[in-house]
Amino acid sequence: MATLTRKDAYADFPVKKVSLYFVVLGLISLSIGTLFGPFQALNYANLNLYPWLQKLLPFIKSYYQGLTLHGVLNAIVFTQLFAQGALLYLQSKEMKMLPLMGVAWAAWWLDLVGLVLAAIPLLTNDATVLYTFYPPLKGHPLFYIGAALIIVSSLVSVFLSVELWYRWKKQNPGKPTPLVSYMSVATWMMWGVAAIGLVVEAVVLLIPWSLGLLKGVDPLLSRTLFWWTGHPIVYFWLLPAYVVWYGLLPQRAGGKLISDPLARLVFLAFLIFSSPVGFHHQFADPGIDPFWKLVHTVLTMMVAVPSLITAFSIAASLEIGARARGGRGVLGWITKLPWDDPIVLASTLGAIAFIAGGAGGIVNASFTLDYVVHNTTWIPGHFHLPVATAVTLTHFGLAAVLIPHLTGKPLVSPGLFRAGIVLWFTGMMTMAIGMHTMGLLGVPRRAWISNIAPNLEGIYGHTALWMVLNGIAGTILLIAATLILYVLFATLLQKKRLSPEELPELEFAEAISGPEGRRSVKVMDRLFFWWAMALVIVLIVYMPTLIRIWSTFVSAPGYRLW
Amino acid sequence: MDKHVIEAYERGWMLFSLAMILIFLVFIGYTLSGYAFYVPDAARRIDPTTVRTGGFPKPHVEEVAPGKYQAYVIGQAFAWLPGEMHFKVGDEVTFFVTSPDVQHGFYIHGTNINVQVIPGEVAKVKTTFKRPGEYLVICNEYCGIGHQNMIGKIVVEE
Repeated sequence: MATLTRKDAYADFPVKKVSLYFVVLGLISLSIGTLFGPFQALNYANLNLYPWLQKLLPFIKSYYQGLTLHGVLNAIVFTQLFAQGALLYLQSKEMKMLPLMGVAWAAWWLDLVGLVLAAIPLLTNDATVLYTFYPPLKGHPLFYIGAALIIVSSLVSVFLSVELWYRWKKQNPGKPTPLVSYMSVATWMMWGVAAIGLVVEAVVLLIPWSLGLLKGVDPLLSRTLFWWTGHPIVYFWLLPAYVVWYGLLPQRAGGKLISDPLARLVFLAFLIFSSPVGFHHQFADPGIDPFWKLVHTVLTMMVAVPSLITAFSIAASLEIGARARGGRGVLGWITKLPWDDPIVLASTLGAIAFIAGGAGGIVNASFTLDYVVHNTTWIPGHFHLPVATAVTLTHFGLAAVLIPHLTGKPLVSPGLFRAGIVLWFTGMMTMAIGMHTMGLLGVPRRAWISNIAPNLEGIYGHTALWMVLNGIAGTILLIAATLILYVLFATLLQKKRLSPEELPELEFAEAISGPEGRRSVKVMDRLFFWWAMALVIVLIVYMPTLIRIWSTFVSAPGYRLW
Repeated sequence: MDKHVIEAYERGWMLFSLAMILIFLVFIGYTLSGYAFYVPDAARRIDPTTVRTGGFPKPHVEEVAPGKYQAYVIGQAFAWLPGEMHFKVGDEVTFFVTSPDVQHGFYIHGTNINVQVIPGEVAKVKTTFKRPGEYLVICNEYCGIGHQNMIGKIVVEE
């Protein structure tokens, strides 16, 4: 890290440094979490490489421990840290103002301390509870405390973004919030409402219980609080990628965003409709009234609309860019996109994967269809498209531009990077086909099937063909991850720096239809009001169920069964 | 491209999106009203520490009327009790499923019976077996180191 900390490099705009630290800590988490991915994929190819991995890393005891590390580090830590770094920087840059720098650094330190505390029991196999950590499986208290600190850090980021926006509004009375900042503030406000469930679960139930202060916890109550946060957390992962797609991608592609107010409407819809949808993860749960499950179904379907609008906006913006570069024909313009630009390549491939991911998501959210796929490999097959492909690829693309922009160091081996991106996309799509199909054929998710008891061997034999796809995908993804992470870390650790005039600029996209003089933009700009509405709606759809479960609290003692 | 052309396409796409979502919702409502017998109900809440000591019936299958059965099933680390159940084609079976320890998933392979088994809840779900054969009962929620081996069996005879 020594080369990162040259004191004067960030003096012109110190938010650069803290943003870089968030992004780099996120990439470090991802490097460790991703290491286990291929082993998971190979498990679903009926190849148990864990005994071999154990010789290399003796502290790894099982597939389930690897899976816990994979889920926690990739899905929870990497995504959050990237959001904290990228959104903070983009909003500050657009507003040309500094956030409260001391608070920003406090958030980073909270992340680091939380990550280290949670990592200890994860690595010693004392918290092999997967990233959903459903009680009564009971992990070491340090895991819950570390995870809680990471959530607290994310709430500090909510404060940072809103405070910066509020200060800007005071200094710019009557002006509409600039678009990227609007998207950033709406994302953080959404997360502020979404996180309440997990905060209550951790602080009121899990931490006291793991410390022995509570005899038992109510498993259904915990599950319900978990999914209060557990679905909108997906939008918390996704929206920073949308910020890149709306705010940067059109300009990188050589064109313009089609409509600024429409982009705002999309983020406003996410602010309001992201959270009251968690029961679509609990269709199979007894103890939740089907009426409320149906209400959540309707609201979940509504959240699909802003994503459908996004698909249109992004495709139209890319087409405008490509035609401006001389592209012709109904689809021929696609060849004129600047595919060598990391953001264009990675975001576009990510967005393509997201189309399939979104379609699958509508299946999962369909009340009566979900039972076909619930807790089968369809589910990880599904979420690797939006999260591990759309979001992660977009973050990779952004990192390849942002790291040189922040540090002044040129991207090492851009060709290798592009190869890594294409391979990552190929590997994930291949795996998605394998896992979706195996799910439809009834193979359970998160099961160490390559280590099944001898008397059960062959029960998933009917999926052998699709298992082959997982094996191929795991191998491709190992190569892809190696290439991408090599390029990003080699870029960070090199001594070479660009001269000021070579420094890559990061420009925000212009819109064909701007925000000026639009009444709708003024109404949408009242973000405190919309934030309060989001909170009211989530309380309406959750409180009847939560109060009913709480009033018949079941005290389940904890178990360590791994 | 002309701004007004884009805006017209944009409005069309938004209408299409909304219409599609509405049609999906109508289908969901239709299946709920007629076919979705497999949506689990909660029979009651239960103290999970009493499941093995009389709070829940001993795992068994009983015939409550000709061709109608009730099955009391416990999912525990790492087995289903009873481990094997026998029915005839056309039997209507109501399963009552609970757990004395951690969460499990009661999934009858090849059917839509897919229930989260949560300590503290007795889940109730009804089905009629239409095809003869051996159905695996697969635990599809992570429950610990032996999760992959938590497999039971239902045999449906002609």
